[in-house]
Amino acid sequence: MSIFGFHYRLERKAIGLVLGIIVVASIGGLVEIAPLFTIHQTVEDAPDMRLYTPLELAGRNIYIREGCYACHSQMIRTLRDEVDRYGPYSLAVESKYDHPMLWGSKRTGPDLARIGEKYSDQWHVAHLNNPRDVVPVSVMPAYGWLLTTELRTDDLPLHLKAQRAVGVPYTDDMIANAALDAYGQTNPDSPQAEGVTKRYGKATTVRAFDGQPNRLTEMDALVAYLQILGRLTDAAHTPIAEAGANK
Amino acid sequence: MSVEHDLLVAISKTFGLFFLIALSIAVLIYTFWPSNKERFDRAAQSILRDDDRPMPVDHQPDRDSYTGYLTTGHEWNGIKELNTPVPRVVYFFLTLAFLFSVGYWILMPAWPLGVTYTKGLLGNDQRRIVAASLRDAAGDRSSWTKKIETESYATIQSDRGLMEIVRETGHTLFDNNCAVCHGLDAKGGPGFPNLTTSSWLWGGKPEDIFNTIRVGINSAHKDTHVSQMPAFGRDQMLPRADVLKVVAFVYSLSNPGAKDLDPNAEAGRKIFAANCVACHGEDARGNPEVGAPNLTDKLWIYGGDLESIDTTVWGGRQGHMPTWENRLSDLDRKILTLYVLDKRTATP
Repeated sequence: MSIFGFHYRLERKAIGLVLGIIVVASIGGLVEIAPLFTIHQTVEDAPDMRLYTPLELAGRNIYIREGCYACHSQMIRTLRDEVDRYGPYSLAVESKYDHPMLWGSKRTGPDLARIGEKYSDQWHVAHLNNPRDVVPVSVMPAYGWLLTTELRTDDLPLHLKAQRAVGVPYTDDMIANAALDAYGQTNPDSPQAEGVTKRYGKATTVRAFDGQPNRLTEMDALVAYLQILGRLTDAAHTPIAEAGANK
Repeated sequence: MSVEHDLLVAISKTFGLFFLIALSIAVLIYTFWPSNKERFDRAAQSILRDDDRPMPVDHQPDRDSYTGYLTTGHEWNGIKELNTPVPRVVYFFLTLAFLFSVGYWILMPAWPLGVTYTKGLLGNDQRRIVAASLRDAAGDRSSWTKKIETESYATIQSDRGLMEIVRETGHTLFDNNCAVCHGLDAKGGPGFPNLTTSSWLWGGKPEDIFNTIRVGINSAHKDTHVSQMPAFGRDQMLPRADVLKVVAFVYSLSNPGAKDLDPNAEAGRKIFAANCVACHGEDARGNPEVGAPNLTDKLWIYGGDLESIDTTVWGGRQGHMPTWENRLSDLDRKILTLYVLDKRTATP
């Protein structure tokens, strides 16, 4: 009885009880969340980490718009079967520039964290246009309109700006040229293509993703995004034994 | 129907609105009317009258005569509440859970310490665990992986036990990596080659197939196979009439019976000799050195009817196969080579 005396008294004071609940509940939050900002091992270093190009970012927005994340995860867990099937497990740093992150929590389709360059552009276009054409047993919906819908580029600078506001290091130059870079990345022979590799690095993929160099469609953007997944950094490909938390 | 709906909306937006506002104002005035104060205060306090006082320090709650438990000391209209104690078994498991957590804190990674965290006496780390289980798996498989890695293709193919393993493991690998393009049955589809035939763009010997899987076709690999069928029509290398002629000729190669139907076929032979033989050969049987397909058989990647051939000659073809060098190990690629070869003999 005596050890509950304090609690009996507290229960009789509404404000006191509320304050008590807040204090106790916040302990959990402090212990679980606060250390993530101070512990170095939480996010690995990846000096070679690249940024999403405007085209890839537009593709990412389409991925979100069409709800792809509802059926596809983008996180390979540290489990043997997942590493065997999908490749090296995902690292936190690989989602460093993902705002919002698209790890997902459910797989109706396969995980896409390392889908980049696993299949050809032609396959992605055929598959998105009608999955049954290439995978007869697929239950994925068809996204045929992507191939005929022009990509909206006039708002791309604003998207880059918004990403910069939450910590993605886009430069003023990148923001100013976002629309041109989106066009240049799908048209290797155009004068705009050079600016893309200049601003985003030599490793950037510049291709006519949807097979139509003269048109910038939503298919271009989505395929460009799918082909970059897991390829922004090579951090995850260092031998697994070395990548332990106790470096 | 729509009139009734509009009428209802109109009424609720005019009369109904004023009615609700007037009603709430009336309630507010009634509530705060000074002469009502005493009555409402009494009503609000009535059930708390006995309860809303701090419990005296020496307060001894009554003991219920029937159960023998203490009461909470509150009374509502003569009803008392039992303060039934928590069952002992709950305390037992609570204590057990607490002791478990203390042990867990000591043995496993648990507490944040500013810039690092306690590693735990067991030194468990999810990444090391998965690395170890991958090593264990490789160890378990080493009895046959060694053989597949070192033996020649012919030796493995004649070893029934090994081929059983190749079929099982290869099936999983093929499903996960190759089947989306080449199909679950490896028979391909529009734009993606059938792997169960004896016709191979880049050579059908085991070493050739292994190398094609390694470097890919028109891929990002530095040693990639490069195959570029030019767009003879679109890039204006041939006038439309010549394209039609050469298409008719190519069609006739695999459809000898249809020759008399098409007067252009013979005229196309010259154009073929001038433009196509460099890759496809004088006999049009293709060349595995440059990935040029045999045009005289019934096997077509992009379709063998007149329309499809026309599309191919007009717009060119640059098929793409990814490189698998970084995604799959040498062993995996060798298993896939054997698996694909096995598919071929099984279903010619």
